[in-house]
Formats: sequence, structure tokens, C-alpha cells
Amino acid sequence: MSSAVISSAVLSTAVMTGAGHVGSAVSDDLWSQLFNFDNYGELVALLINSILAGAVLGLVGGLIGVFVMSRDMAFAVHGISELSFAGASAGLLLGVGVVQGSLVGSLIAALVIGILGSRARDRNSITAVLMPFGLGLGILCLALYPGRSSNKFGLLTGQIVAVDNPQLGWLVVIAVIVIAGLLVVWRPMMFSSVDADVAAARGVPVRGLSIVFMLLLGLSVAVSVQIVGALLVLSILVTPAAAALRVSSSPVVVPVLSVVFAMVSMVGGIMLALGGSIPISPYITTISFTIYVVCRVIAAVRTRRGISGRTPTELAGHAAILGS
Amino acid sequence: MDTPVLSLRDATLGFAERTLWSGLDLDVHPGEFIAVLGANGSGKTSLLKVILGQNNLSGGDVSFLGAPVTRGNRRIGYIPQQKLADEGTPLRARDLVALGLDGHRWGIPLPSKKRRAKVDGVLAAVEASEYARVPISTLSGGEQQRLRVGQALADNPRLLLCDEPLLSLDLAHQRAVSELIDRNRRTRKIGVLFVTHDINPVLDLVDRVLYLAGGTFRIGTPDEVLRSDVLSELYGSPVDVIRTRGRIVVVGTAEAPQAHPDGLHAAHDEHHDPGHADEYVHEVKPL
Repeated sequence: MSSAVISSAVLSTAVMTGAGHVGSAVSDDLWSQLFNFDNYGELVALLINSILAGAVLGLVGGLIGVFVMSRDMAFAVHGISELSFAGASAGLLLGVGVVQGSLVGSLIAALVIGILGSRARDRNSITAVLMPFGLGLGILCLALYPGRSSNKFGLLTGQIVAVDNPQLGWLVVIAVIVIAGLLVVWRPMMFSSVDADVAAARGVPVRGLSIVFMLLLGLSVAVSVQIVGALLVLSILVTPAAAALRVSSSPVVVPVLSVVFAMVSMVGGIMLALGGSIPISPYITTISFTIYVVCRVIAAVRTRRGISGRTPTELAGHAAILGS
Repeated sequence: MDTPVLSLRDATLGFAERTLWSGLDLDVHPGEFIAVLGANGSGKTSLLKVILGQNNLSGGDVSFLGAPVTRGNRRIGYIPQQKLADEGTPLRARDLVALGLDGHRWGIPLPSKKRRAKVDGVLAAVEASEYARVPISTLSGGEQQRLRVGQALADNPRLLLCDEPLLSLDLAHQRAVSELIDRNRRTRKIGVLFVTHDINPVLDLVDRVLYLAGGTFRIGTPDEVLRSDVLSELYGSPVDVIRTRGRIVVVGTAEAPQAHPDGLHAAHDEHHDPGHADEYVHEVKPL
């Protein structure tokens, strides 16, 4: 149980000593702050749990991101993450735990936005109202918290070394709930996301599904805040799915690509960050942003070449009558 | 005559103080095409919601295939107004149709030959095979609306409810989509309730017209209902029904309630085919 706590202590020491005897040149110094692969194998072994947590988060973010995009809820995600930050700060201050606090914060925010903001316009204004309130509440709690300031900063910008073993347990359990939930509601959720009226006419419980979605989203945000920080949650819950939608519209390819992009960003970011002395989030956000840019370029090239997916048929225009 | 697929008996619908319509008796028979006309706010869409089980009648009964209506009946197909799908939609044309087939089921869709063949059949029936794999966000309004028809037909409905399905389509696509609906209701014996503010695109296809106005209604063939005396009585003020070159133009006076709802004209004028501007520009839509 305590191995991750020890490992983070070891890592901090390693980072500090690593940063301590760097050469005099400024560029060398910056480089070694960014990337330092001394004793890399040992670091990976020590932080294998964190890497696994990153992979799980990539899976969660990549999957739920597809629905965040198709329900047009990117801004709501940001709002929920600020409330999650407030919850985490309160959890830190009151000593009930960061994960528990952030869970409560994001679930409350997700439910409020889900219940009051069923229409896009309402949702945006409610999110915009909640967001600064949450951030303010979080800052208040942190200002009152007497502990170390690096912990405080980590909630906003993320720090994998702040995650200890019991926290990792929480993260994995929450992630499993989200993924299982998404798999169960996948098809009717997609139906009601893209076509609420027709889905309702076909008996899909549109209203209930939207509440279920907000709860799953709240859980996903709470998990993400632990690792990438409240300000950067979008990079894992929105960017990978947005990138995937640039290059495909297939309901199979989009979630698969989105998960791959999110996992590459998460795991790649953590691996690159291991030896440096900087939080992991810049690595994650840079990788996910780069993937998005590449996908846009691919889409632009395709459009220029006129690839549309249409297949001219000789029969077009001749009516075939459905059924017998 | 065959057993009706849909029956309304002495049906009344009202919200708070206002009664939209009352005493409505309507039978929709298999393969029958009924247009539902009326001004904005006359309760056309609410009628569809009653049949879909989303609104409750304030009085009377509504039954579908001999049983009281339930929320979300799978034997009813629904075609809404055309609205353009946005870019964040991870669906291709064939996926939209497939949602009409099994989108209500839990879990993730598993690939099967039967499902593929069924979707291919529907796409062929609505002449959309050519763009089966194209993202719906890149399709034109008319193409998307063909897919809506396919989606509604995919699960073998007995009744089709269409809510302004031709709105914002150009004349060629209005014709194409109407004919798709007409052909399929004939061959597959599907009853059709077709809500529209403009009867002309479907005038030669409809069997009967249900005209809702002023809290009451008239049912009959277009020749029986779309007449100056009938509509004047319905509205309680002078209304002229003019027939010209196979079209019906309804002209209300200032006293006729909602004779010229701005929304209707705006919605239509904005989108109609510029090539046919001459035919349409002086025409006043049915009330």
C-alpha cells in the first residue's frame, strides 16, 4: 500500500538531485528540467502504477469524449472541472481526502448542469455562472489550508506524483464504473445525443440517459482532475475525441481513435515527464494538441483532394422499393 | 374497410385554459395518407405527441393497433423537421438509418450480416446508397431528409408520423421526399399522418385532410375541406380558397386568426428554390 508514497518521495529526491548538478549552460539546464532520462528504468518501475492509472484515464477520457463532442458539452466539462477543483480543495482543507472531495464537487456540478441546462443555451449560461464560483470556492479553501503549497498547485495543473496508492485504487474503481456504464448505454446514448426527438419517439429514455451521462461525466472529470489538474481536463476529455472526429465519422473508428489518442497523450506525457522536474500536464497537453493539429491537417488535405466517401452508382435515381 | 391502425375517439387536447381541439374522431387506415393542416399553434405537433405517448389527452381515447398508446411505440416511425447535423456527429448515412433499426437497444451494436443487409435495403429504398458511408454532417438537407425517411421505415412501422418533413427543402427535394413516403405507404400498407403548413407538395398524394383551426377541425378529402365556405366557417371569418394551376392557395383576411403567421413565410421564403421563385412569390400558404 505504501509503495507509491515511498516511490513519490524517492522520485522527488531523484528529481531534486538530478536538477541539482546540471551544467552551467542555461539551455542544458532547461533541457534537463524538461527531459532527464537518468536512471529511467528504475523510475518507470517505481511509477508503474501511475503509468497504468494514466492509461486507464486515457481509456475513460477517450470514450466519454466522443459523447462530450456529440452532445456539444465541452464548455460544461470545463465548468464541472472547476467545481471538482473546489471539492478537492475542500477535501484537502477538511481532511476528508482530495479524491472524495473532487468526486462530490463534480457530481454536484454535473447534476446541476444536467438538470437545469437541458437546452444548450441554458447549459452555457449555467456553466458560466458555476465556473467562477467553483474556482473562487477552491481558492478560498486552499488559502485556508495550512499545508504545502505544491499540493495546492497540483490540483489546478496536475501532478502524478501527488497520487498515492489508495488514490490509485479509487481512480481505477471509478474508471471501471464509467467504462462499464458507457458500454451499457452506448447505443441509446448515441441515438439520444444525435437525434433526441426521434430517439424519444422510439422509446429511448432520453431524459434519464442525459442524467446518467452527466453522472458518468462527473465521475470522469473527478478522475481526470487528480492527474492532469482542473485547468487541463479538456485536454483529455475533449481534444482526443475532437481530433478523432476530424479524420473519421464511423461510430467504430471514432471511439477507437479517440481512446488511442488519449492513451498516447497520457502515457506518453507521463513517460516523458518522469525524469524532468516539471508537472506532467504540459507534456500531456502538448502531445494531445499535436495530435489534434495533425488530424486537422489530414482532414484539410482530404478535403482539398475531394475525398468525400461518395460512391457513384449507376442505379442512383432508380427507385428500389423497400421490402417485398 | 381494414381495421384502422390508429383511432381517436372524442379526443380533446388542451393546456390550462386553452383547448387546442376537441371531439376529434379520426381513423387512420393501413396505407392511408392524411395531411394535417392548420395555423401555427393549432395543435398539429401536439397531436403527434399524443400519438407518441408524450402528451396526454385531456379527454377521449387514442388507440394504436387496438391498444392504448404507450410512450415510444416501435411500430410507429417518426420523421421530424429537417435540421442539419453538426460536425461533432460521429455518424455516417448508414449509421443514422441503423439507429432507426436498433438504436433503442442497450449495449454496443455488434456487426451482423443481417443488420448490414437490412440497412443496405433501406438505403436502396430511399435512394441513398450512393452516400451510405458519407458523414451526415456533410450531406445536404435533402439528402439528410431522405435518410430520415429511411430511418423511420427501417423497423417496419405500421404508422408514419411526419412533422413538417419538407420544411426548408427545395421543390425538387420536397417532391422526392414526398414520393418516397407515398410509395412506401402504398407498397407496405403504412398509415401516414403528415403535418404540414403547405398542402401543395403533397396535394395529389393525400387521401384525406385534417384541418385544425379555432379549437375545432374538419376531416375529409381535399375537395371537401379545402373550400372557401368550409374554411370560412372553421375560422369564423371570411377565407378564400383559390385553385390555380393545380395548386391551392388559401387567402385569409385580417380578421382571420393567424392568417399570416410571419414565421411560416419566413421559414418558407428563406429556403425555397430560386429557380421557381415566379411560381411561389405571390402565393399565400394555407393558414
